[in-house]
Amino acid sequence: MTIGIPNRATARGTRRRERVRGVSALRIVVRRLLALPLVLFAVAAMTFLLVALSPFDPEAAYTSLSTGVSEQTRQEILAAWDLDGSIVEQFGHWLGNVVQGDLGHSRLLAGQPVADEIASRALLSLVLIVTALVLVLVGGLVLGVLAAAFRDSPLDWAVRTLAYYGAAAPSFWIGLLLLYVFSVHLGVLPSGGSIDVRSADAGFIDPAHLILPAVTLAVTQQSWFTLYVRDTLLEVLREDYVRYAEASGVRRAAVLGRHALPNALIPFITIAGTRLPELIGGAVLAETIFAWPGLGRLTVEAALVVDLPLLVAITLVGSVLVVFGNLAADLLYRLADPRIREGLT
Amino acid sequence: MTATAVLRPRARRLRPWRPWAGGVTPLSAQIAGTVLALLILAALTADLVRPVTSAIDLDAILVAPSLAHPFGTDDTGRDVLALSLQALQVSFTIAALAALVAVVIGLWVGVLAGALGGRVDGLLMRVVDFLSSQNHLLFGLLIVVLFRPALGPAGAVMLSVGLTHWLVVARIVRGELLSLRDRPFVAAAIGGGATLGRLVTRHYLPHLAPAVGVAMVLLLPHAIFHESALSFLGVGLPPHDPSLGNLIAAGQRSLLVGAWWVSLIPGLLILAASVAVGTLGEYWRDRHQPRWRGELEL
Repeated sequence: MTIGIPNRATARGTRRRERVRGVSALRIVVRRLLALPLVLFAVAAMTFLLVALSPFDPEAAYTSLSTGVSEQTRQEILAAWDLDGSIVEQFGHWLGNVVQGDLGHSRLLAGQPVADEIASRALLSLVLIVTALVLVLVGGLVLGVLAAAFRDSPLDWAVRTLAYYGAAAPSFWIGLLLLYVFSVHLGVLPSGGSIDVRSADAGFIDPAHLILPAVTLAVTQQSWFTLYVRDTLLEVLREDYVRYAEASGVRRAAVLGRHALPNALIPFITIAGTRLPELIGGAVLAETIFAWPGLGRLTVEAALVVDLPLLVAITLVGSVLVVFGNLAADLLYRLADPRIREGLT
Repeated sequence: MTATAVLRPRARRLRPWRPWAGGVTPLSAQIAGTVLALLILAALTADLVRPVTSAIDLDAILVAPSLAHPFGTDDTGRDVLALSLQALQVSFTIAALAALVAVVIGLWVGVLAGALGGRVDGLLMRVVDFLSSQNHLLFGLLIVVLFRPALGPAGAVMLSVGLTHWLVVARIVRGELLSLRDRPFVAAAIGGGATLGRLVTRHYLPHLAPAVGVAMVLLLPHAIFHESALSFLGVGLPPHDPSLGNLIAAGQRSLLVGAWWVSLIPGLLILAASVAVGTLGEYWRDRHQPRWRGELEL
């Protein structure tokens, strides 16, 4: 990717024609939002297909709890859980309910509506994921730029080694080590939950409770991102235009910050969008370790009793988050790369 | 140096991988190879080196690392070193079989997409893109709970890992196949009347083997991680079976009373295996196939 020095006159002369081909922000939003129902449909259909193909028998699972049920009671139980009829009929029925805003009823929560439970838990997970995302981006950027700026120095070596091991270690194991060091041994941070239950006005989320789960969730992706920023930056630093800037006496910090970094970050924006699913999966582990009462823990609890309505709904919420993450990445990409805005690529 | 020596073209073939030859192999790759070999050896000889005594020793609950128990004991008095070696064996076996499942699925999809091309290719790759935009741990969780009653815990974990990790293999296989399709020997084979089936089995697959082999090795740490994550969450192997994830999960209870060693050792083993495989994979890739750089990040 080499960027030549643009000829001002030609650039201005052809601008009008190019704008027609350019991608407007509105079009990006509309395209992603139109795709959203399709994505959700595909995810739901895939989940139902998986259930249909698997040897799992919801009928047996749902009626075996009460022994000695009469045939009539069994039919009533099945009807109550929408399990009568073929899998296609069940899917159609479920889909019809979803369109009307009814995600079904949870088996785990004794028949409570799935949507209510998810709504009450989603915000906690979102706070955790967004905090972790900020840690990933800021931490990775700072460490990656430092490592690239002081290439082959002890600092670079330390950052690279840490990142390498951080990316390879299981996140839940790192979480447990953090738990041991900071809550058990030093006793400076709480070991679980989202609020201090001892205080009367605990509020919604206590920041001290957020630190350990967020760091645990961030560590793998942050390590990966640090290495990525370092490598891309070093690659860009070899480009002709950067060497031209260096040769013409631009200060080193300015070469890094103003000339090299923006170009190194463009591909990263798309990457950041695609890494969001990893954070959602990581949240399941981080929430389990630190008893964070979000969607991740709910997922595990639902999985243990095979609560399909709840599991399907959580998977859908995850997919919505991914679609919005990609939308944000598209918009940022357009903002960061003028060539996209002008439809030049 | 004579003129003929300069003019003679260098033979372009893969140099055999001989780590013991020294010189060309970087130290990091040598260390990684040694570590991996030791881990595999430890897994294979777990029962000989330090057999697990199933007897619960209530006098030796949570003993800190000592000479009798180099890695301490867990909360039922079992030796953590013996448990870890046993777990290494279990986790490695499951991960290897799961990676095999992933490679078989990925190979099929990749070959179908690459060899048939056109609409089939477009459709299959769309499916691959869609699946990779979803979180694999959530689907892995769903798969494992759905298939556990029929396949048993170990089988369900294998299937779960396999069904969520084949995407990268499919992409690599398709990419390789597309570049093979333009090679003259393929045109020659088609000209000689080779059918699609013959083309795939006799011409494509042998050329795909190295790529697939490396992909499978690089999948191993991911498979180990996925297996241990599922076990850690309580949906993988049953709690009394020693897998690395189960040991870490069991250690969580002990952590809260100050016993750090139960979780530490199994985690270090996962870390060592994953760093060793990653280093070797990178070395191999840079040496033989630098153009896979982007794809084999996994």
